[in-house]
Amino acid sequence: MSTILVIEQVINGLQFGVMLFLMAAGLTLIFGVMGLINLAHGSLYMIGAFAAAWVAGLTGSFLLALVAAMAAAALAGALVEMVVIRRLYAADHLDQVLATFALILIFSEGTRWVFGSFPLYLDIPEALSGTVTLPGGIAYPLYRLVLIGIGLTVGLALWALIERTRIGMQIRAGRDDREMIAALGVDISRLYTGIFALGALLAGLAGALVGAIQSVQVGMGEPVLILAFVVIVIGGIGSIKGAFIGALLVGLTDTLGGIFLPEIFKLFTDASTATQAGSALASMAIYILMSLVLIWRPTGLFGRAA
Amino acid sequence: MPDPILTTTNLQKSFGALKATDSVSLDLRQGEIHAIIGPNGAGKSTLIDLISGRTQPDAGSVTLLGQDVTHAGTAARARAGLGRTFQISALAMEDTVLQNAVLGAMGASGKPWRFWRPALWDADLRMRAEEALRRVGLADDAGKRCAELSHGQRRQLEVAVALTLSPHAFIMDEPMAGLGAEGSRLLTGFLDSLRSEAPILLVEHDMDAVFALADRISVLVYGRVIATGTAAEIRASREVRDAYLGEDA
Amino acid sequence: MIPERHLNIAVLMLFFAVPAWALIMDEPFTITLATRAAILALAATGLNIALGLGGLVSLGHAIFFGIGGYAMGVLAFHAQTYTPMQLGGFEIAGTKSMPVIWLVALVASGIAAVLVGLLSLRTSGVYFIMITLAFGQMFYYFAISWRAYGGEDGLSIYVRNDFPGLNTLDPIQFFGLCATLLCLALLVFWRLARSPFGLALGAARQVPQRVETVGLDPVRLKLVAFVLSGMMTGLAGALFADLNRFVSPTMFSWQFSGELIVLVILGGVGRLMGPLIGAGLFVTLEHVLGDITDFWHVILGAILLVIVLFARGGVVGLFCGKARPDA
Repeated sequence: MSTILVIEQVINGLQFGVMLFLMAAGLTLIFGVMGLINLAHGSLYMIGAFAAAWVAGLTGSFLLALVAAMAAAALAGALVEMVVIRRLYAADHLDQVLATFALILIFSEGTRWVFGSFPLYLDIPEALSGTVTLPGGIAYPLYRLVLIGIGLTVGLALWALIERTRIGMQIRAGRDDREMIAALGVDISRLYTGIFALGALLAGLAGALVGAIQSVQVGMGEPVLILAFVVIVIGGIGSIKGAFIGALLVGLTDTLGGIFLPEIFKLFTDASTATQAGSALASMAIYILMSLVLIWRPTGLFGRAA
Repeated sequence: MPDPILTTTNLQKSFGALKATDSVSLDLRQGEIHAIIGPNGAGKSTLIDLISGRTQPDAGSVTLLGQDVTHAGTAARARAGLGRTFQISALAMEDTVLQNAVLGAMGASGKPWRFWRPALWDADLRMRAEEALRRVGLADDAGKRCAELSHGQRRQLEVAVALTLSPHAFIMDEPMAGLGAEGSRLLTGFLDSLRSEAPILLVEHDMDAVFALADRISVLVYGRVIATGTAAEIRASREVRDAYLGEDA
Repeated sequence: MIPERHLNIAVLMLFFAVPAWALIMDEPFTITLATRAAILALAATGLNIALGLGGLVSLGHAIFFGIGGYAMGVLAFHAQTYTPMQLGGFEIAGTKSMPVIWLVALVASGIAAVLVGLLSLRTSGVYFIMITLAFGQMFYYFAISWRAYGGEDGLSIYVRNDFPGLNTLDPIQFFGLCATLLCLALLVFWRLARSPFGLALGAARQVPQRVETVGLDPVRLKLVAFVLSGMMTGLAGALFADLNRFVSPTMFSWQFSGELIVLVILGGVGRLMGPLIGAGLFVTLEHVLGDITDFWHVILGAILLVIVLFARGGVVGLFCGKARPDA
């Protein structure tokens, strides 16, 4: 196996990881501040992808498509927060699970109703297609590098927002001490709507960005949602830093596991068995990672003790 | 003098920079009521958690009936003979009074792993539960759902559940909290008679009850025991007055 | 408000009356629908042990349903192809016998429940939900990558498996078999809820700190509940596979885990007949609404939202009010 392949896979893993981070960051913020588990976060990812594919089809502009994705997801997020989610903050987790599961049903079937069952395609913009040559002579798709760049930029911006701004102070207060936030004179319901819309916006952005390298279809959000849950369990609920580290770990484990495990198995058995067993085990790699973290630290790498 | 039932030796517990429990050594002897008093934030709750096993100490040890239980969990200490009541009633609110008491009796018998015969059909469990309810005066309310009980009745049920365990030592966290004068008087009378069965470590804010009941009193301030003695000695202690009693005396 | 007992009897009577009527009217499809409801109700009764009695919001019960399904699929596949399984040097023949398949399904899903439960119960609350969901996805992807047994396409079993003395291909006889197992499961649930274990489990759901102070270990109680729960759902999975004569990774899907919770909530969480009512409603809605529109899930979602926001307690709660502890 060549070094080039390994480096390529590491970059793939990073790319996958930063996209997971966009999902996980919103989820973990929403849980950390409002105490809500939101299964419908994957629907917002899907809405972003569909909005992007639709606008790109109309206008041919990828940039407009991204803007549309973020706007549509944020709008849908704000709307859902005000109509449904708001009533769930005080409810128990079971009610939250059920209501947001109901939202998935409504969003998924609604989207199928509007756009049909066939996948849409969103093209990578002209300027970002093609490959670049990395040091060492590795030809790598430019678009995927851009994804990493966007993911890191968003991560940095999120950190700055939370640590360096007034709104960030309110978010931190909401996370650490609910009573203090009222004492600060903050309009809590507007803050909550805002945080929810921000999380939705990030999910929509991720959906649109990933939509350009995969097909855009109903049900695309939930597998990503569940991976984002794995990220949060590993990183610790409520921690943005944990979400970032967890996302990279999961991204790398998943891509590298898919490559290396069959190779490792080939050392012991014949090629076809090794490929089968290796890929079966690779499909479980991130969950095994999650189990190990659970055994070691039940509240996640950066989670607070219960 | 016979060995104490319960001993703590140099118990330490810090939360960050805060020393919640600072080398606390005290004991509970056969037949006595040993009261722990102190201002709010003195570390009484932490001390109870350390003794009952909800929290692990940073250093020091807890001995129950000659056995070191420092690293045993709450359930193991309960099985070893520690009966605890909570400051804020911890009862199964959806269940009946009798069911709550049967739960205690079941724990005492150590056999929850029976899956078929209804718990309330078990004559032995039921007898123990009903006996405990009768003793605290809840026999007539056995069929009531716990959520329907008054605050005072919940306090009584807390004590009843601990009774079903027939423990070797009681730890009671403010059993009088929120009781009216009549309720306090009744419970004071009951605890007075209970000490001969098993000694009671009593954390209580109601000073009338404490001075009426306690054989010995320990005063906890900022996590430290600043004095231990009889009611008269504590009343007379200058240090205690300055640190604590002085506030309302 | 009517007494819960009356509602329960009415529900059971309806449950048997519908297929009886379908038999007289010669409508085998309706019998098949009733069988489907019975099997889903069995799976949901399993979940009701963990969720209703133990308060464990498991979003991974499709794991056990899928394992039960694959227990049937794998054993029957080896029997129908006349190829023994290779298991670490041993050769084990497949089987078409339902009792054997059920036993394997119970044991396999029980073992899986021990492992998943041990890991998931290290946490609680939201973590527990996320982790069970994640483990469900793990089994789903594993089934997809398991090409020896059909991978993504699943396994078709050509003839329904055998039960001594019955013609399982006759819809009403297979219904009878499933309904009998469901009634047994309901009996188990009913007794379990009142047993010492059930009492302790209910307390562990409400006030774990109290359970500890009477000398019991709440996590161990919940683990045992989770295992019993998983086994019952696993048995339902084997029956479901036999009903369709087909297993595929979709039996492991997170959607199914979600639907199981929906069934329990629809009927009434923790209530004896909640799962059967929920399953009956679900199958009826699926059938009636599915005829009208392809997008019936939108309507299901809306109904669900209304129940969560306004009618907590499900159908049983609506008719009978809060659960009454027995004196």
